[in-house]
Amino acid sequence: MSDFLQLTLFGLSNGAILALAALGFVLIYKATGVINFAQGHFLLIGAYVFYAAMIVFGFHWSLSVLIGVAVAIVLGVLVERFVLRPMIGEEAIAVIMVTIGLSSMFAGSVQFLFGTAPRETPRFLPSGAMELAGATVPWSRIWAIGIAAVVLTAFTLFFTRSRHGIAMRAVADDQQAALAIGISVRRVFALAWALAAATAVVGGILLANLTGVSPALAGFGLVVFPVVILGGLDSVPGTIAGGIIIGLLVQYTAGYIGGGFEQVIPFVVLIGILMVRPYGLFGQVRIERV
Amino acid sequence: MPASATGVHHRSYASELTLRHTRAERFRLLLILAAVVMVPFIVTPYWLTIANQIGIAVIGAVGLNILVGYTGQISLGQGGFLAVGAYTSALLHIRADLPVPVCIALAVITTAAIGALFGVPALRLKGLYLAIATLASQEIILFAVRTWDWLTGGVDAISLPRLEVGGFIFRQDFDWYWVIMAFAVLAVITGRNLFRTGLGRSFMAVRDQDIAASAMGVDVTRTKVLAFAISSAYAGLAGALMAHYTGIVTWERFTLDVSVLYLAIIIVGGLGSIAGSVYGAIFMITLPALITRFGQDFQSIWPQAAEKVPAVQVIVFGLVIVLFLIFEPRGLNRIWQRMKDYIRFWPYRY
Repeated sequence: MSDFLQLTLFGLSNGAILALAALGFVLIYKATGVINFAQGHFLLIGAYVFYAAMIVFGFHWSLSVLIGVAVAIVLGVLVERFVLRPMIGEEAIAVIMVTIGLSSMFAGSVQFLFGTAPRETPRFLPSGAMELAGATVPWSRIWAIGIAAVVLTAFTLFFTRSRHGIAMRAVADDQQAALAIGISVRRVFALAWALAAATAVVGGILLANLTGVSPALAGFGLVVFPVVILGGLDSVPGTIAGGIIIGLLVQYTAGYIGGGFEQVIPFVVLIGILMVRPYGLFGQVRIERV
Repeated sequence: MPASATGVHHRSYASELTLRHTRAERFRLLLILAAVVMVPFIVTPYWLTIANQIGIAVIGAVGLNILVGYTGQISLGQGGFLAVGAYTSALLHIRADLPVPVCIALAVITTAAIGALFGVPALRLKGLYLAIATLASQEIILFAVRTWDWLTGGVDAISLPRLEVGGFIFRQDFDWYWVIMAFAVLAVITGRNLFRTGLGRSFMAVRDQDIAASAMGVDVTRTKVLAFAISSAYAGLAGALMAHYTGIVTWERFTLDVSVLYLAIIIVGGLGSIAGSVYGAIFMITLPALITRFGQDFQSIWPQAAEKVPAVQVIVFGLVIVLFLIFEPRGLNRIWQRMKDYIRFWPYRY
């Protein structure tokens, strides 16, 4: 029972961070129709910028988070303006490869500046652990779940209540109609990339605190694909459900089956979902038969 | 269409069937053949190794271009298929003690079969979804390689004895160069000719408009599965050659990065062009080698240069992909065609 509780809490915290990364992914896909293979590398950059600000320059953690988010927003807007905008209307393969190229540039830049060795973990969440029904749960994990929940709720509210959020949904629905009622589609695209980068950076900062800072963080980005496909590529609630399901599944597999099988189980689920229900749990159903 | 491809007037069916039509084309072919034969006698051992890597990359790239460039099925699984080819050939050679040519042939067949199997999702999925599904296949194949200890030896590398055919032992890069180039030339010729057959044309029909292709009587299901099988057969050949050439097989050589490298090769070279696969392979394999050399030269000025080389290689790799996609999405092949047109019409613009 205590094992189960511990695995569940670890799974929930990983799932919450996955949901954050996936949220950015879905934002970009919804607004611009681009599959962003560089999403994991936004996590990586977030973690390293936070590390640099907090450990290397010795800023307070709250300032470091702000620096991380600011860097992410600038980076997101630059990427949209100079790399993705020329790609509008190109084939799927070109759009995929351009984000893969970007991810390579990000990974290389991090490696150039910081090397490949793991770095000291920037701790800002309370350390120590809590005893809960016989299970030992680090406080940082519980905080991570809480922070991710707050960010995710904020985004859900943003989409349903704010002007910009509603404009984004309008663009996702029909670009020409959105243009006709005076929404700047370009500004929405830029906003989507900036927000996606910002959410990924928050995820990266949490991840840095939980697992340490190393180039391996980018690998987390690959698990985003099972999450978004499971939840539905264009569904915001889907990212939360998908993130939690995949997070729990990985932890339970690691705990009860083991043998490295947890590394591959998300991808098995991914193939299964694609074969049975390609639009995921909450995605919009588009039927096209060949 | 480039101007250099127009204005050729055929007077017999035989002349229409040839791959090269004009005197300039035949002359260039002779130049290329001469260069291929001369290379191992001129270059240093370091560059000969690079030349061998290029030859193997050409085979894999032709295969991937058949699938991605000509059939329009995006695949991020090339690394996995290379792994299948390499492991099949290596294990058959070590465990079953079969002669290497037989092993390579069996590896090609096995990889084609497995490729067809992993092509099944393509029957239901397109574009972005297919890319993600093939990414999953890549991860699943590599997971199998890492964990099936009884078959693959797990994460440990397999080392292979030197290739020996009919008493002749292939020791150096120089011996291997001829084997690899022979296969690379074979891959290019079969690739070129494939798209003059009905099957090859049906690949392109599926790429351009699958519904229209289906209406014209192209069996889309069969075409897609065959495209995966043929493409994987090339990957199997490249993987098997790589295994016997380097003498070491380990899963680390077939990660997602390798799949991405092959995609980069065909994008930089030119999607939907066999010649482009060759240009791309030369470009993308030579580039990191050049950066390494630069790093060594730079060391006297900046002592840390050598240790920064891997990072710079990764950055330049990404940068090249992004720049090509923004400024010349049709790759080196298109640039070369434009150059030919420019020279042909000089001093006029058109």
